[in-house]
Amino acid sequence: MDAALVSDGVIQNGVEDIEIQLLLEALYQRYHYDFRHYSRASIKRRLLQARSQMGFASFSVMQDHLLHDPATLPRLLNYLTVQVSEMFRDPSYFRALREKVIPHLRTYPSLKVWVAGCSHGEELYSLSILFREEGLDQRTLFYATDINPDALRAAEAGVYPLDQIRKFTENHQKSGARSSLSDYYTADYGRAVFDKSLRSRVVFSDHSLVTDAVFAEMHLISCRNVLIYFDRALQDRALGLFRDSLARKGFLGLGSKESLRFSAHATAFADFVREEKIYQRQDA
Amino acid sequence: MSRPPIEAIAIGASAGAVQALLRILPALPADFPIPLLIVVHVPPDRSNALVALFATKCPIAVREADDKEPIQSGTVYFAPSDYHLLVEADRSLSLSMDEPVNHSRPAIDVLLESAADAYGPALAGIVLTGANHDGAAGLKAVADAGGIAIVQHPADAQVPTMPQAALAACPSARVMTLDDLIPYLLTLATT
Repeated sequence: MDAALVSDGVIQNGVEDIEIQLLLEALYQRYHYDFRHYSRASIKRRLLQARSQMGFASFSVMQDHLLHDPATLPRLLNYLTVQVSEMFRDPSYFRALREKVIPHLRTYPSLKVWVAGCSHGEELYSLSILFREEGLDQRTLFYATDINPDALRAAEAGVYPLDQIRKFTENHQKSGARSSLSDYYTADYGRAVFDKSLRSRVVFSDHSLVTDAVFAEMHLISCRNVLIYFDRALQDRALGLFRDSLARKGFLGLGSKESLRFSAHATAFADFVREEKIYQRQDA
Repeated sequence: MSRPPIEAIAIGASAGAVQALLRILPALPADFPIPLLIVVHVPPDRSNALVALFATKCPIAVREADDKEPIQSGTVYFAPSDYHLLVEADRSLSLSMDEPVNHSRPAIDVLLESAADAYGPALAGIVLTGANHDGAAGLKAVADAGGIAIVQHPADAQVPTMPQAALAACPSARVMTLDDLIPYLLTLATT
């Protein structure tokens, strides 16, 4: 085995890890975007992709641009935050909301629903359609939050590539649909433009689960496949925020591989639909 | 120079994976001390049948990987379907929904590259049978970090494309048949 070659590889890796730490610190101190407690392995992959596609020779060079040229920020953020999703992703989750959670929500005269980490809005529109189908839309106020302004703009626009609609429609049907997805969009030059009435009762807002606080009392919080990007300490912060944001007996939906099992806040929630990771807030 | 003991084994397999893994995993004894992290390309529905299949056939513990779970010795972790499986520097597992890599989620490259980062020379990375090129870049990362890179002999693989691609990217990899690989893994556990 070539010892020199090996140590080169290891040292190079070590230097890169230092650069990443410094870059994330710079991003926080300069712009208050805090990725320092995100899962480092995923962040590193995304940063490597950003470095290569943005054409920087090293993370140190990227940091120099980031600190001195604010135009670098939105480009980098789009690598660090945006992820692709689908409408009615995991249809069984939406079916469980429809069949098990909605009957409880019906008993309230007014409702607040928070889609935390809404990205391009696929989950928001799914919930908006589901609440309309169940006749709860007129008494519900939705909050759709994300840290990425570009993602929030995309969510507010509600426009998706037409080639995704087949999958969205299939998911919607499997969720126990009471209408046709085509009732809610118009096709336009390869794009599906969703009806603006679906967002007439939506507040789009910049909010960080890392640094921001409670802003309203919610009856349902849906935050799926966001917490997996956080380290355990940060997951706990976000779950504490959800606990403090939920009304008594309010509901929390997480992603299929996310759970409260390891969390300090596990006792604040009870399993409601265990296999769909839907939890209910318990009294303190 | 002496090599550090191997602390994890990361395996990627695609077409023909189940048959190949059915040769390897049941041959490992219950007290096999090294954790095995495995990505198999499976369709993205939510039930991953691999754990149920292998748990009944293997003396060692077989689990589906959970997010932020500390890696335990002597346990097989399968990536859940439709999630990437990664290893963190503190040697816990994490999952991601990032876009597919090589049209795959989970992707073998994602596992091997992050595991190479976390374990460096204490990792053995293995690319088995498959009909695509996933795992090639990852195996090179394993070797670059000083780990042991292993490729199933293309002639021994049900589908040789993936081993051939891995060998092209990482020519220094050791080439083994499954019959060679099983005793080799057992020796890794004793050194």
